[in-house]
Amino acid sequence: MRSLVLRTGVASVFHTTLVFSLFLLFAGHNAPGGGFVGGLVAGAALVLRYLDGGSAGVGDTVRVEAPALLGAGLTLAGLTGVISLLTGSAFLESAKATFEVPVLGEVHASSSLPFDIGVYLVVVGLVLMVLRTLGAEGEDGDDDALVAEVDARPGGTL
Amino acid sequence: MFFLCALAPAATVAWAASHAGAVLDGEAVTSSFSWVPGLGVDLDLRLDAFSLLMVALVAGVGVLVLVYSRWYFSPQAGLGRFAGTLTAFAGSMLGLVLADNLLLVYVFWELTSVTSYLLIGFEDNKGSARAAALQAILVTGVGGLVMLAGFVLLGQAAGTYSLSGLLADPPSGGAVPVALVLVLVGAVTKSAQVPFHFWLPGAMAGPTPVSTYLHSATMVKGGVYLVARLAPGFATVGPWRPIVLGLGLASLFLGGYRALRQHDIKYLLAYGTISQLGLMMVLFGAGIPEATLAGAALLVAHGAFKAALFMVAGVVDHQAHTRDLRMLDGLGRRLPLLAAVAAVSAASMAGLPLLFGFVAKEAAYEAFLHDSLVLGSLVLAAVVAGSALTVAYSVRFVWGAFAAKALSERSIETVGPDVARPPSGFVAPAAILAVITVVLGLAPGLVSPLVYGAAAALDPAVEAGQLAVWHGINPALVLSVVTVAGGALLFVARQRVARLQASLPSVPGADDAYRGALTSLNRVADAVTAFFQNGSLPVYLGVILTTAVVLPLPSLLGAPFPEELVAAESLGQIAVAVLVVAAAFGAVMSRRRFPAVLFLGAVGYGVAVLFVIQGAPDLALTQLLIETLSVVIFVLVLRHLPDRFQRMPWKLGQGVRLAVAGGVGAFVAAFTLVAGAARSQPSISSAFLDQALPDAGGRNVVNVILVDFRGFDTLGEITVLSVAAFGIFSLVRACRRERAAEEAEQAT
Repeated sequence: MRSLVLRTGVASVFHTTLVFSLFLLFAGHNAPGGGFVGGLVAGAALVLRYLDGGSAGVGDTVRVEAPALLGAGLTLAGLTGVISLLTGSAFLESAKATFEVPVLGEVHASSSLPFDIGVYLVVVGLVLMVLRTLGAEGEDGDDDALVAEVDARPGGTL
Repeated sequence: MFFLCALAPAATVAWAASHAGAVLDGEAVTSSFSWVPGLGVDLDLRLDAFSLLMVALVAGVGVLVLVYSRWYFSPQAGLGRFAGTLTAFAGSMLGLVLADNLLLVYVFWELTSVTSYLLIGFEDNKGSARAAALQAILVTGVGGLVMLAGFVLLGQAAGTYSLSGLLADPPSGGAVPVALVLVLVGAVTKSAQVPFHFWLPGAMAGPTPVSTYLHSATMVKGGVYLVARLAPGFATVGPWRPIVLGLGLASLFLGGYRALRQHDIKYLLAYGTISQLGLMMVLFGAGIPEATLAGAALLVAHGAFKAALFMVAGVVDHQAHTRDLRMLDGLGRRLPLLAAVAAVSAASMAGLPLLFGFVAKEAAYEAFLHDSLVLGSLVLAAVVAGSALTVAYSVRFVWGAFAAKALSERSIETVGPDVARPPSGFVAPAAILAVITVVLGLAPGLVSPLVYGAAAALDPAVEAGQLAVWHGINPALVLSVVTVAGGALLFVARQRVARLQASLPSVPGADDAYRGALTSLNRVADAVTAFFQNGSLPVYLGVILTTAVVLPLPSLLGAPFPEELVAAESLGQIAVAVLVVAAAFGAVMSRRRFPAVLFLGAVGYGVAVLFVIQGAPDLALTQLLIETLSVVIFVLVLRHLPDRFQRMPWKLGQGVRLAVAGGVGAFVAAFTLVAGAARSQPSISSAFLDQALPDAGGRNVVNVILVDFRGFDTLGEITVLSVAAFGIFSLVRACRRERAAEEAEQAT
């Protein structure tokens, strides 16, 4: 019994929220925002999707699995630190550069951006994990499928 | 892949050879990198002649084992991992024999334990392999820890952790005897000496290339290496000789005795290795120059013949699919080359003339014939007797694996004449080692400079000389004849020996002691866990919160209370604060879970509004989002809980809860007030504000702190987040499984 109002409402704000989360992520270095907040906003968007369509709805929206997001985020953040080590700076010491890009004009880039993207991915991964496990509890079938799918893998663990 | 990995030890051999000339002239090659200078831990590496001998052994056998592995394994998953781990193990072992800092020795020592754990347990779907790997790492790991304590005592007594510095000026008195006993515990566990010998046969559960490498040339020689290094400086210190000679001779005997009882040719070799390691312990540990020299020669000889024999056992296993000598029949006729390799290597192990093992054994007899040790003749007699056992099990190995025993006539299912011939590359590594054994046996002068150089590097008292095949008819030769005759007798009378061994009562072994210790350790751990983690959430929370209040309480009571208190800066703050407090009361008073969660959320939103009023948009935004997500997660969990809180009668339990809750509230309020006024250092926030733009190129200081100034913290936090995510997944899955099992039970 999905509510039409809810469905229409979620559909209209879902993408806007995601775009807003990306805006927060990229603007974070100079304005309020950042990877953590951005990730939380994206997580809120997923929660909206969940309220509308349950964990199946979330699954349809995000086809990437939560562990993949968590792993990718951690790896990216860790690599940023390692790369700064390799270039002779301290672990996670940021470097910055300014580029001239046609149309956009001057663009500042900082090596802390990939780190922040890593944070963003981990936060989104956490929310996704919660929705797909705790959220699926009780809606029999769906999370059984996830568990069965993971169990079926070689090694049987994540 | 194996050939690729073999390039690494091959390069080491080439490197060692390029330095051999200078090193044998007595010039050590050293190299040093600073690591933790504050603790005296530096990467000091030193290549002297003894290290050169070990490097040649470790890297040389390493190349052969990797080549051998190429043929031993059928294509299967995980071989890349195996080859990589084996190469890593070789690297750790090289580090061990090159390290010139006690703590660095310890680091490499443990690295060999860890990599050997992975190697022994390579077939991780077999429970026996996992158990054997665990046993090996527990025994050698505990020994390593004890040894570390000994190292620290030694280093403190000597004032240096440098191995060469320590031996140049050995400390004495005080804690030194204790330190040496501790170090010896490490050495005897690593080298599988009585009473810690049991892990070595257990480790035979690993693939044969692992046994070949770890138990002939490398891992188990670690303890021998350490004893050899320390003996010249410390052999005269109180407990050293009784321990080393006692345990070494016991291992020499026990290994030989048990080897005669084995039906599995690989286990036969394993017990033989314990026996040979015992002999090496005796030779190096005695701390007399001639014995040290014999030890160096035996080290080379054993590396060659034992590696070859393990490889032969692996080939037999691979081709015949059994290692049981009660089933192998007539394999020698089918695989003559392999049998020849085995015969040569076993003969060298037995110490038959014209092979290098003979040269080493003669040197050993020679040493104890001329030494000045108390009870020296007793040691000599024991070594001769142990060597007779060695002769017997050497013959047993060749006979067991290759001889035609006419078993099929006695209607026993046998393997032998019809096994597939192994590819030549499979036999080649063992054959190369057998050739080395023969060549060095005929012309020991080739390796003489290395053996003498190595012994002299350990103990400067070793006189220069030459290893020789023939010393004329002398007491040592007579002893050799006695040894071989005794061994032959033991073999000929093998059925009588077997009956005798069977009739002796079996004493509870060290293996049982290990298992008993492990079981009781687990039981204690279970009891402790059951006491501290009794599963009651209120108790956990109570303990955590009470600790959080009680521990900082003394410093709170001593701190000055702020003199000026600003109650509020604006009406808005008062209004929000009133709402927050009201919502908090609502959460506590609510009898149903769902409203309580909503009230909690309201508290959080109120705090977010306070942040906005204070001008902290980042914090406010984060708080708002976190509260939202928390409420959602709460609701997801609430679906599984009863609608209402459990009603509790007004009893002691509730009083305690009330006290804890009130105490925590009062404490946090007081702490916040005091902490705000207790600043003794200037705030770092101005520095952050100043540096954010020029250093990190960001105008949002909060974000710059998160991703740059305190980036390491953030990395830790997202790691915790990920762990929590997987924790949620595992918990949910565990509950599901339990429920599914219950349902299945009910259905049946």
